[in-house]
Amino acid sequence: MKAVHKRTPVLKDCPTHYCPGCGHGIAHRILAEVIDELGIQGRTIGIAPVGCAVLAYNYLDVDMIEVAHGRAPAVATGMKRTNPDSIVFSYQGDGDLAAIGTAEILHAAHRAEPLTVIFINNAVFGMTGGQMAPTTTLGQVTATTPAGRQARGEGYPLQVSEILALLPGTVYVERCALSGTVSIKRAKAAIKHAFELQMDGAPGLSLVEVLSPCPTYWRMSPGDAMKWIKEEMSQVFPIARLKG
Amino acid sequence: MAGKISIDTERCKGCGLCVMICPKKCILTAPDSNQNGYFPAQATNAGCTGCAQCAIVCPEGIIEVCWDDAERIRIVEIAGKPDAPRLIEEKA
Repeated sequence: MKAVHKRTPVLKDCPTHYCPGCGHGIAHRILAEVIDELGIQGRTIGIAPVGCAVLAYNYLDVDMIEVAHGRAPAVATGMKRTNPDSIVFSYQGDGDLAAIGTAEILHAAHRAEPLTVIFINNAVFGMTGGQMAPTTTLGQVTATTPAGRQARGEGYPLQVSEILALLPGTVYVERCALSGTVSIKRAKAAIKHAFELQMDGAPGLSLVEVLSPCPTYWRMSPGDAMKWIKEEMSQVFPIARLKG
Repeated sequence: MAGKISIDTERCKGCGLCVMICPKKCILTAPDSNQNGYFPAQATNAGCTGCAQCAIVCPEGIIEVCWDDAERIRIVEIAGKPDAPRLIEEKA
């Protein structure tokens, strides 16, 4: 017997703290596999966010730093400018990147910083108890929108990737989903491409948005959460290569 | 049997994604809970083709997939894929 799929050494051999069926586990794994395949474990610096993935440094066996909420692109900028040979990525959720950290990501992209940003979009604030995030879809029930999100009063879902794709400072923006084996493979290919661009010295920011299931706060089974991404969430956040 | 998977049941959180995704339905939910109180996925390996879809969706990364080499080579030869010679070399 020959092993064809086994745990990559970049992913530490320990249990995660995530809920059953959480997309962060899948995202960590594909990220670790990409770092392993590219052979950049020794020179990669990761920036962990505030949110459910706050303990990402416990799972990824690369140099990582934990920063204030939303400030990952700002710290990543400093890291990349002082260590130009390093591969710097930030791993951010939608509360981190699309709510409190909008200014940081916008200006990091505007300055054309050669960073890689992994943007995990699960449409709620997971760590604090499933409150409405800017990316919550219209009509979606959360802890703070018990009657569903209404455009009047609560606004529309924020499509950060589309905004960033308009800026000349980004070289690559793609939205993927973790809604099945095919889409997970596509997400992995997109993350790999984003890292390769940075390794090749592309003059700008590469961002991969990943639609990720949150079964706990969507109040669904993990299987239904994946279906919900495919059928509902991808209508609001179309799966597409937006730039590059 | 061409494929075989092994699941670390003590670390499984019983999310059931592998059970849902397996095209051959050869993963079941165990009737007994593990030490953390989850009902883990259990591999029966009956009819497993080693497609690794379960390992791709597993959020915990605790599924390992193996292929029976001889069987694999036979399948590739039948399919007549261009990478067949490489696989035979690997076996040798």
